[in-house]
Amino acid sequence: MDTRISVNKIEKLIVSSSPHIKGNENIAAIMWNVSLALLPLSIQGVLNFGLPALITFITCIAGSLLTEFLIQILLKKKSTISDGSAFLTGLLLALCLPPNIPWQMAFLGSIAAIGIAKHLFGGLGNNVFNPALVGRAFIMASFPAAMTTWGISSLSAGHETLSIGFLHLPTIHSFFHADVVTSATSIDAVSSATPLGILKQQGYDNLVASFGGKIELYKGLFFGNITACGLGETSAFLTIAGGIYLIIRGIIKWQVPVVMIATVGVLTWIFGGKGLFNGDPVFHMMAGGLLLGAFFMATDMVTTPMSVSGKMVFAFGCGAITVLIRLIGGYPEGVCYSILLMNAVTPLIDRAFVPKKFGDIQNRNDSPFSKGARGI
Amino acid sequence: MNLWKEFYKGLFQENPIFRLALSLCPALAVTSTATNALAMGLSVLFVITANNMVVSIFRKVIHPKIRVPVFIMSIATIVTVVELVLEAFSPVLFKALGIYLALVVVFAIILARAEVFASRNGIIPSFFDGLGMGMGFTGAMVLIGIIREFFGYGSVFGFPVLGSWYFKPLIVVLPPGGFIIIGLLIGIFNMIGWKMAEKKEREEEVLAEEEYE
Repeated sequence: MDTRISVNKIEKLIVSSSPHIKGNENIAAIMWNVSLALLPLSIQGVLNFGLPALITFITCIAGSLLTEFLIQILLKKKSTISDGSAFLTGLLLALCLPPNIPWQMAFLGSIAAIGIAKHLFGGLGNNVFNPALVGRAFIMASFPAAMTTWGISSLSAGHETLSIGFLHLPTIHSFFHADVVTSATSIDAVSSATPLGILKQQGYDNLVASFGGKIELYKGLFFGNITACGLGETSAFLTIAGGIYLIIRGIIKWQVPVVMIATVGVLTWIFGGKGLFNGDPVFHMMAGGLLLGAFFMATDMVTTPMSVSGKMVFAFGCGAITVLIRLIGGYPEGVCYSILLMNAVTPLIDRAFVPKKFGDIQNRNDSPFSKGARGI
Repeated sequence: MNLWKEFYKGLFQENPIFRLALSLCPALAVTSTATNALAMGLSVLFVITANNMVVSIFRKVIHPKIRVPVFIMSIATIVTVVELVLEAFSPVLFKALGIYLALVVVFAIILARAEVFASRNGIIPSFFDGLGMGMGFTGAMVLIGIIREFFGYGSVFGFPVLGSWYFKPLIVVLPPGGFIIIGLLIGIFNMIGWKMAEKKEREEEVLAEEEYE
């Protein structure tokens, strides 16, 4: 009797290879969660800049999905459109483009992002560089004039009613501020009219003066009613909110954005102003694409190191290169290039900081892997 | 025929840029327009053929230990001739090619052919080898040049093809675009090479089976 039961039980055992316990995490869930985190920022971008922003969003997302679809048909691969990675790439690309960019250019950028940066390297999981940032760099190198022209939306006058009640955020498109920004650089209309652009061309004092004081400047950067380098680089508040959502969901590690933003803050505080320790870290931490890059691009799972310590090195590098470009380089903003450059050295960082193997015991005394030899 | 084989291999199977990946520097630097690419290609075609013959003639009297300096001397002499001729008859092209014309002296493909082929073969095979390699190089340069000029300026050999509606992406004319396009072309040529190798293998299998039967 007893033996028969146990035999029956044994027959019901399912034999399979490990892992036996799986998490419910999958690509699609992660991608759509990140997209969800970017939603408030995107809505604010559309409300702030109107129809041109909406067209940019639609072009980038449609271009990414279409490129992915066609390339996978051409290469006879299984279609992965529904996993949302191409959608996310399009969304991120749109968020770091200026809203008034002609749609053909945005479309070309999304083709470069998905076609060159993603599928020529072997598809999702094999890409060395962040596709959205490659798309942005591609457009930046192709159409520098269009990328640095910051026109004010033609529909912006009608926005105030739309955005007044929006989530109780003071995201009223402040036409006044935008006017101030453009008039500050009206001599050369093509050059960037973003706060970082003004900083680069006219210096910090003029920047503060053109916004009517430091507090006004910070307020504008925090709530997103001034211009920035990209559609989704306006509101520090919504970017941080989206990032915190991702941290709570366990999709990104908090160390990455914190280290990157802190690096920028500390380095700009030391070297940003006249003489040492005289910079304005608050401005540098909120301006431009730093927050968007730190929360949503430097945390990309494919193109960044695997271990937490590696990720922190990566984030520090991103921050340091950003500061270098902002303070010394020719461009007003350097987040895009800093993350791309660090993407390139990610394999090296991975070799230096090998993640701990599951079950690996480190005995200080007799393990050959304990002292420095590990992974190098 | 053997000579035909020596000539033909440079065009595709051992194409200097796409298959051997040599002399990528000029392929990047002077291919922003098709005209420049053609001029550079023809200059190299002349230098490589003439140098192959010179090296082949003197191959038995050159001591192996000093062969590389001798090759460089020979190449430099021929390049100087090309430079003077171009400066005299086409100053515009001479200016467009700039420093890269003088740099032909150190192009890897020319030294490689002298070292690998001309110093070991007779004068006639060396001539055909140089001709084939030079034409393969010229063809590759012109192909890259046409693509970059078409997408970068909307024209081919200076004739406008695309109208003013065309957004000219600057990147195609800049070095990054050159890298991307050369990379894509190398990929395409590799794909064609694999397909051809597969086809050849299959044909050989069929032949072997027929013989067996």
